[in-house]
Amino acid sequence: MNSQLSTNSYKETKENSNAKFKHLLSEYGILLALLGMAVALTILSPNFLTSANMLNLFKQVSINAVLAIGMTFVILTKGIDLSVGSILAFSGIITASLVVGNDTNLLLGIVAGLGAGLFLGAVNGIIIAKWKVTPFIATLGMMAIARGLTYIYSEGQPISGLSDAFLVIGTGGFLGIPISVWVVLVVFIICTLLLYHTKFGRYVYAVGGNENAARTSGLNVDRTLMSVYCISGLLAGLAGVLLTSRISSGLPQSGISYELDAIAAVVIGGTSLMGGRGRLWGTLVGALIIGVLNNGLDLLAVSSYWQQVIKGTIIIIAVLVDRKRT
Amino acid sequence: MTVQPFLLEMKGISKFFNGIKAISNVNLNIRKGTVHALMGENGAGKSTTMKILSGIYKPTEGTILMEGKEIFPNTPKVALDYGIAMIHQELSPIFEMTVAENIFLGREPLYSKVHLVNYPKMYKDTKKMFENLDLSINPKKKMKELSVSEIQMVEIVKAVSYDSKVIIMDEPTSSLADKEVEQLFSIINRLKKDGKGIIYISHKMDEIFRISDDITVFRDGEYISTNLAKDLDQETLIKQMVGRELTDVFPERNRSVKEEIALSVEGISAPGYFENVSFQVKKGEILGLTGLMGAGRTEVAKAIFGMIPIESGSIKLKGEPINIKEPKDAIKHGIALVTEDRKEEGLVLPMSVKQNITLSSLKSVSSGPMMKKNTEKQVADDMIKSLKIKTHHRNQLVETLSGGNQQKIVLAKWLLTNPTILILDEPTRGIDIGAKTEIYKLMDHLTKEGYSIIMISSEMPEVLGMSDRIIVLSEGKVMGTLSPKEATQEKILSLATANKVEV
Repeated sequence: MNSQLSTNSYKETKENSNAKFKHLLSEYGILLALLGMAVALTILSPNFLTSANMLNLFKQVSINAVLAIGMTFVILTKGIDLSVGSILAFSGIITASLVVGNDTNLLLGIVAGLGAGLFLGAVNGIIIAKWKVTPFIATLGMMAIARGLTYIYSEGQPISGLSDAFLVIGTGGFLGIPISVWVVLVVFIICTLLLYHTKFGRYVYAVGGNENAARTSGLNVDRTLMSVYCISGLLAGLAGVLLTSRISSGLPQSGISYELDAIAAVVIGGTSLMGGRGRLWGTLVGALIIGVLNNGLDLLAVSSYWQQVIKGTIIIIAVLVDRKRT
Repeated sequence: MTVQPFLLEMKGISKFFNGIKAISNVNLNIRKGTVHALMGENGAGKSTTMKILSGIYKPTEGTILMEGKEIFPNTPKVALDYGIAMIHQELSPIFEMTVAENIFLGREPLYSKVHLVNYPKMYKDTKKMFENLDLSINPKKKMKELSVSEIQMVEIVKAVSYDSKVIIMDEPTSSLADKEVEQLFSIINRLKKDGKGIIYISHKMDEIFRISDDITVFRDGEYISTNLAKDLDQETLIKQMVGRELTDVFPERNRSVKEEIALSVEGISAPGYFENVSFQVKKGEILGLTGLMGAGRTEVAKAIFGMIPIESGSIKLKGEPINIKEPKDAIKHGIALVTEDRKEEGLVLPMSVKQNITLSSLKSVSSGPMMKKNTEKQVADDMIKSLKIKTHHRNQLVETLSGGNQQKIVLAKWLLTNPTILILDEPTRGIDIGAKTEIYKLMDHLTKEGYSIIMISSEMPEVLGMSDRIIVLSEGKVMGTLSPKEATQEKILSLATANKVEV
């Protein structure tokens, strides 16, 4: 009996450490994947690990990272926001129209862009939380509405000749790091605090994990849903401001299909589309993986057609791996 | 019984779920052309046995014979092929499809050459089936246009159309009016004449004695007896169903119920669920609310908690009328509801033990919008300790815990909201006897601290062993109130199964 017990416990510890290893691997596997990709590209292309390329890469990633952070809140509640690309364009064009020429009120332009994003996000929230339209349909509608409003407002024309001071956001740097990357970091830190250190963050996970139980537990489910779409809209507006500054003009057709890259980053980062499971840092890594992939495949001169095939494959693999995790 | 080969035999069937016994050593013999009633309390093992027969579960042990030959109904499809069809209590037709499409679902007749669905044949065949049973339902109607009883008839026709030899009916009359019951019975009589074997599950005594030939009783997952219906009377049958002593599972009753009325419910109605329900709960009392499934017990609890709107009547807390529109309001007034279904409404499964425990009282573990993480850990650890929740760590996900521990977490969550009224809906469903005893002790302890408990339960021993007063509901109405001294399982059952005729 005794010996049996000891072999059992031996087996258990072995199984335990095995399980722990598996747990670690599934938890931090995407970091390894990112690292692996970076190492491979460094070996394959001399141009990958240069400061010029790195700065370029981070600037490119910043737009998607901002969108994806907002998308993470939405997806954690079991929702989806298809309208972020269009809201980005709308906010961008509003800001652009207010910062044309060099003697404009910069702050007003930026706040108006952010406000436009927040407003459209709030409309999404009302349609979803109060009128109970499924997030997919509500934001699909908003995707068309915001895009249409963008064309109406800009009469289909790009807005250029923006104030030099405004363009600093997209092109300038601080301590050798692009301002847009600083923006991502600040957004990430604020959102991490929001998600993991406030009551609201707990509501987000609870509503996504089991809406019925959240309601029964006395949580304000509707307000939580409203809030996540507001956050997503606001961050889409921020992304619009960043992009407008970087390309130094407001383009009504900007941001098309950006929502797909944002969703991909969230999913690759290990957040479940079923709601209630996920992590914000994973989204950041997910956005980086997509960025490195785009950048690396460009450097390796892989045709853009094949790039799409490869990106799609990676999204599907990420979900398959994630299913094992949960 | 004459020597006649059985149509269907189940021999020594046992089923374990994760090592926990659901049914053990069940025997069931169905004769050709008879109705065989299965009787037993909720959780006695009837459903599990039928799920094994219809291919939803695989038995852990035992054999099943159809006309003397061993069969292995491993999936519902295979069971159907063997001639076993089950009509579930909860009907789930495809409402957007026509009657005929539902009946032929998955085996649509095709034109021989082109392999497209032969609709004319489908409708013609369906019509013929209905005519054979004297039913007048239009095969081209969509299911959503039918009444509940018509849907039931369609399900029966569908079951018969598989050329079934054995047809299982689980509470077929639970949503039927008297006239429709008569129609059902005449169809059952026809099926008997055709030599089918019918397994009939129902709680309604009068029905059982009217329709069945044989009666088998289950209790606590075990086979008790099989008798000819004509050899039994209602009392004997109830005794067989109940037949056990209350053991020392329950804490000794030495409660001191205060005279002070904690909560009073006055004539509340919610159409479709219950009507004119009134009762009072005193301070320190456990009020048992019982009745059969579908009697409206859960709905009354949900109404008090603001999950079902009430149309008339009022709820008073310590004599003051309160207005409860949603759970938030109820929680504010110190009412807590541990729902019947832990996984659906109680827990957020992908969250940790700690996060679930504090979910309803996040205010008390935060300052402003920010969580006070250390306070939260402390509060969670205290609850884990005082309720003896078995978990490796407060950060373990609740989905990995056993039913008993999950239930304690739900309880912990509600105790943290400092309620005065605790409503427990089936507090021990699906948890093992050890954990049950712990929960009973906890309930007893809480009443001593001045909590009032409304306990909803279908388990007779639990109702009798724990309640200071018992209210029996049937079909949304209060049928009577019993003191623990006068209450017996027989009395409760006869109130709960009170015939519709009286209404």
